[in-house]
Amino acid sequence: MTDTVAAALARVRGPAAPVRHNARTIAALTGNPDCRRRAVLDAAGVDKTALAQYVGHPARYGQSPFAIIRGHAFEARVKADGYAALRALVAAKLPGADVAGPAVDLGDGGADNAARYARTRAVLGGDEVALADHPLLRLSVAGQHVYLEPDLVACRVAGRLHVVEVKSFPVLDGRADPAKVAAAAVQAAVYVLGLRELRAAGGADPDAVATDALLVCPRDFGHEPTVAVLDLRRQVAVLRRQLRRLARVADLLADLPADFTVDLGGEGGAPARPPGAVAAALARLAARYTPDCLAACELAYHCRAEAAGSTAALGPAVREELGGVPDVAAVLAYADGAPPADPTQAEAAAVLRRAARLRAEALAGAAVWEC
Amino acid sequence: MWQAAGMESTAAARAREVTDAVLADLAAGVHRGVVVDSPPGAGKSTLVVRAARELAATGAATMIVAQTNEQVDDLVDRIAGADDRLRLGRLSAADYRPTPRVARHRNVRVAAKPADLDAPAVTVGTAAKWATVAEGTWPWAIVDEAYQMRADALLRVAPRFDRALFVGDPGQLDPFSTVDTGRWTGVSWDPMQSAVAVLLRHNPDLPLHRLPVSWRLPPSAAAVVAEAFYPDAPFTAGTAPGVRRWALDGPPVDAYDDTLDTAARTGWALHSLPPAFTPRTDAEAAAACAALAGRLLSRGATATCERTTAPVTAERIAVGAAHRDQVAAIRSALPPHAAQVTVDTANRLQGREYDVTIVLHPLSGRRDATAFHLEAGRLCVLTSRHRQACVVVARAGIPALLDAYPSREPVHLDTPVRFPDGWAAHHALLEHLAATAH
Amino acid sequence: MLSALARAQAAATGVAQPLTTVGHLHAAAAPLVCVPLALAGETLAPLAALVGTDRAAPRLLVVPQPRNRDLRFAFAAALAAEVLPYLDARRGATEDVPADRGRQVRVRYLDAPQVWVPNPGGVEFVRLLGRSLRFRRTDGEHPVPAAVPRLGCWLTFLADRAELPGSALLVAATAALGAHWATGQSAVEDAHLPALLAWIDPPEGRTGAGAAAAAEDPAVTPPAGPATDPAFDRDVLAPLVAAYDRGAPDAPGRLAAALRGQLTPAWDAVWRAYDLLAALPPGATVAARWGQDRDAFTGYAAHLDEGGLPQPRHDSAVAAAARLHRLERAAATYALQRAYDDPLVLADHRLAGEAFRGEVVLADPTRVDDSGRRPVLRPRITVRSADPLHLAPGTALCAPGRPKQRATLVSVEGRDAVLELRGGMGRGRTPEAGSVPEVGEVVTYTTLTDAFAPAPAFPAPEDTPWTHGGPPADPAGGDPRGGAEVPGDPPAGAPPEPVPAG
Repeated sequence: MTDTVAAALARVRGPAAPVRHNARTIAALTGNPDCRRRAVLDAAGVDKTALAQYVGHPARYGQSPFAIIRGHAFEARVKADGYAALRALVAAKLPGADVAGPAVDLGDGGADNAARYARTRAVLGGDEVALADHPLLRLSVAGQHVYLEPDLVACRVAGRLHVVEVKSFPVLDGRADPAKVAAAAVQAAVYVLGLRELRAAGGADPDAVATDALLVCPRDFGHEPTVAVLDLRRQVAVLRRQLRRLARVADLLADLPADFTVDLGGEGGAPARPPGAVAAALARLAARYTPDCLAACELAYHCRAEAAGSTAALGPAVREELGGVPDVAAVLAYADGAPPADPTQAEAAAVLRRAARLRAEALAGAAVWEC
Repeated sequence: MWQAAGMESTAAARAREVTDAVLADLAAGVHRGVVVDSPPGAGKSTLVVRAARELAATGAATMIVAQTNEQVDDLVDRIAGADDRLRLGRLSAADYRPTPRVARHRNVRVAAKPADLDAPAVTVGTAAKWATVAEGTWPWAIVDEAYQMRADALLRVAPRFDRALFVGDPGQLDPFSTVDTGRWTGVSWDPMQSAVAVLLRHNPDLPLHRLPVSWRLPPSAAAVVAEAFYPDAPFTAGTAPGVRRWALDGPPVDAYDDTLDTAARTGWALHSLPPAFTPRTDAEAAAACAALAGRLLSRGATATCERTTAPVTAERIAVGAAHRDQVAAIRSALPPHAAQVTVDTANRLQGREYDVTIVLHPLSGRRDATAFHLEAGRLCVLTSRHRQACVVVARAGIPALLDAYPSREPVHLDTPVRFPDGWAAHHALLEHLAATAH
Repeated sequence: MLSALARAQAAATGVAQPLTTVGHLHAAAAPLVCVPLALAGETLAPLAALVGTDRAAPRLLVVPQPRNRDLRFAFAAALAAEVLPYLDARRGATEDVPADRGRQVRVRYLDAPQVWVPNPGGVEFVRLLGRSLRFRRTDGEHPVPAAVPRLGCWLTFLADRAELPGSALLVAATAALGAHWATGQSAVEDAHLPALLAWIDPPEGRTGAGAAAAAEDPAVTPPAGPATDPAFDRDVLAPLVAAYDRGAPDAPGRLAAALRGQLTPAWDAVWRAYDLLAALPPGATVAARWGQDRDAFTGYAAHLDEGGLPQPRHDSAVAAAARLHRLERAAATYALQRAYDDPLVLADHRLAGEAFRGEVVLADPTRVDDSGRRPVLRPRITVRSADPLHLAPGTALCAPGRPKQRATLVSVEGRDAVLELRGGMGRGRTPEAGSVPEVGEVVTYTTLTDAFAPAPAFPAPEDTPWTHGGPPADPAGGDPRGGAEVPGDPPAGAPPEPVPAG
């Protein structure tokens, strides 16, 4: 990244400490890839949670302590006794898999990122270790090096490294929540890319990282683990493409005014600027709001409030049905017979007018059954 | 020309090699099933006709399962025409009236029940009709268009045969249902899979052959379609570059002519309309599709292929779209002299062949892509029906639409990932179209 | 399209807009409401439920330590004590229904259960609880009372039935409301019952939009379950469960009070949803669909009475294909019935070009087609319509007023459509009076048909072909795989309920 882009991103963020990308935020890149607001704010490391709170639309998600405890307990169970449960699962799932070799935990010690990364590279570049826990990976995101601290094990089977994701959602009668599996798959794909960069940086063959990940979940109603193989080829391809696109953050910045910032205004990012001013600044950075954002982005409630009166707020399918007309007022005006403001909307206007007539006719009870 | 001819005979030799291997597998009888993947226009019907005749020659009664009445009539016509001493039965609904191409064969008998067919060597019917046959078994079945057939339909006809040859095009549209079928995803007998998918999940060791040559697609299309839609099963065109060619007769006047001339020159053309978000039945796009067909006919075109040189008539042109209301809009926009042009949805164009096709891009005018519009099979069907050229009509801005597509598709455990991914296939095709523009 | 327009109208006016002119769901006279909560992070750990048939007196069931299996089964037993008597009470009077074209008589209960849960998550809770209970044994290492597996079977029956389009035995309030009203928010937000109700039935003096925004704050309106509010878990539930584990004497009472506080708003909301739907005039075919629900209930009750096995974990290959067929046929029938019952639903089909309405301008009621082996009565009519006529000649059509009659579109000329009719005209050489539309009559034709193909034959489970893995190990339908017909559903080929005309 050039200095000017780095400087511009720092100015966007202000003096607050940057929030680092992690696998979840990188995975989110594929969730709404065309949202400029999210792209710039994430690249700048803006604390979106604080920002949303400040402009009066706090995010509404959190994790229950019960879920956190259960997740930790399950992970501990999988990894207990020298990863005995995990080794048994992998050996049973991938016939011929030899996972009896040594395991190493790369997470301990107070080493700094560079040192941990170097150690991870050394361990995963070679081929002695069968299981590597808590590796530190690095991925280039929009020109920045982002460190990833996956709570995962890289597992070597037949000379290939597999990402292992331990998740606490259940596999019941062989099936799991497809949305949760999808989220796990995208995160695992982030780690695949991270592992490949790491291998390449160390001069080792990046293709030795398999696109088949191992997903470990509790089975049925109990706590016994089970394993499934996730084919990540699609997710890896999509992430690659989106990461390439992200390199264009400089173009996005170029479209913004030179003094654009979402700095809250005070010392070290403490609040001082009026919230209205911050919201007004945000408004200059276009969001692509969809209702699905509510479950995925800290700023979504703010973007939703901004989108009030637009057909986008009703969901993409509804907007499409309404002929792509962007705002609700125009939809109703067309339905009432107003001439289209934009000639490309003439057809949508005609359909809406006819729809409104049919709807009114039916509601008025005009269509009582014949015969 | 000797080089081109040489290439064609090489292609024919490779295709024959595969066909021979298929027939050898059938004759050997080691496996209960044989699967043949056939890319668009790779001689699937020819294979079915040959296999039916060879099986008949062994004296084993053979049943053929096709998916639509039209396909059944086609097969009856071809088999009966290939061997007028072979006795054929056409299983049909009670109110079926034999089409002329069935009625003209004296060796074909038509009846609603197998018992009324007088034990023919080969009995042909739709999967739906076979499902009503509750008795009897046939030593051999040939299941045609097996990738279009749902696993539950196969379940209903499979008790009728001992062994079977499954033939189909894996790049076509997947079977679908109007109801939520989530409770079966991941189960090996999920009824929503294709007949081939369910067969191979339970019988993974069956021999799988791939026909390597498309006799329909010209070289300009075979490479593009193979790369975008058949990444695991490459194929080539059966004709050499330059053998298929067509040109428009009248002089060019406007942008429609430019598009058609580009298509005549390169085999592909993108007719781009100004960007706009429109209702699905985008009148301007529908009019453009209809006008292109009309212009082609009013200027007149002559197409040359390895078989013949002939004018491109309305019967040799098709317009394809994703939705029925789009089809209706295009049909009503056709000028009178183009009224005989086929306009239909991808579902109904499966298995059909034309000289020139005009395709309304499934994503044209949309604000958002959806899984339906991205489905690789839909685009594959639309862009692989032609012997000469394919014209794609679209509003500008589709690459950006694809890039904005949120990748949130659910992932199911123990369900094979379907390739190609529609998103990637769309990108690949658009990149090719952009490269051939003008 | 019409529902999208209704959403836009709701967004502009601030209050939900109707999507129907009649109710398409049977509202039972005595529903059972169940609002469950589950502990976060577990596959299925029931935490609490409000359950009952009296809106003023719900029964609160609490699992003070959801990870304790004994307490979990105590919860199941307590739930069974509420649900099973409710189900048994539906098994009173019966009626005789002609079956097999009048050759036989089928008996069915006049009543059936109707269980209301707040949302699809509640349906999933029912399904999971059914799955976790139905295989429990009453003997062996961890015996449970017989009512527990029995409840599991019934809950599974209800959850399976909820997949069938048009069934009303297990109702998710959000889905039922969403099928009848359009809000000015997205479908994602409609999943939140309090917000959805706020749009449909806003409190005095507030707009739906404003009330919905307020209803989204979990601190003000707790979520309608089964997932709890993480902040409640952290600030209230976790300390109380810990207190319970320590044996604090007041912990059970405080837990019950806290959970009741979380559940009561959803309890009230489900009843409001029920009231709203019960107040709609029912569509003409609602009773017929409820009749099929009663058939299914009767059949499953008999299955359990005869000591029938619990539903298998997976449908066998044959059972899956048969069930898919039933679901698809139910979906087609339900779509057709809604359109026939409700001009507003039909209007959507007209807008999409799948239906048209117009006046008969020409009629040839005695036309005979003698081109075939024997002459047949094939009247033709010409309908003049202002709706766009985009259908292709040869399209099969049906008219809501004449469900037994089939029409084929012969040709379209401008605004005139020529139709050829067959069936539904009596047995004579001339059509019965009124069976062919007369000149001047206003008619509607749609592409929606429930043309029933002959009953499909599926192989017996023990004849599962080699293409599908061969016969299951245990075709009797025991655990874990197998079972052809799901007891309680009519056989795959059973004739449908007649659709009342008019």
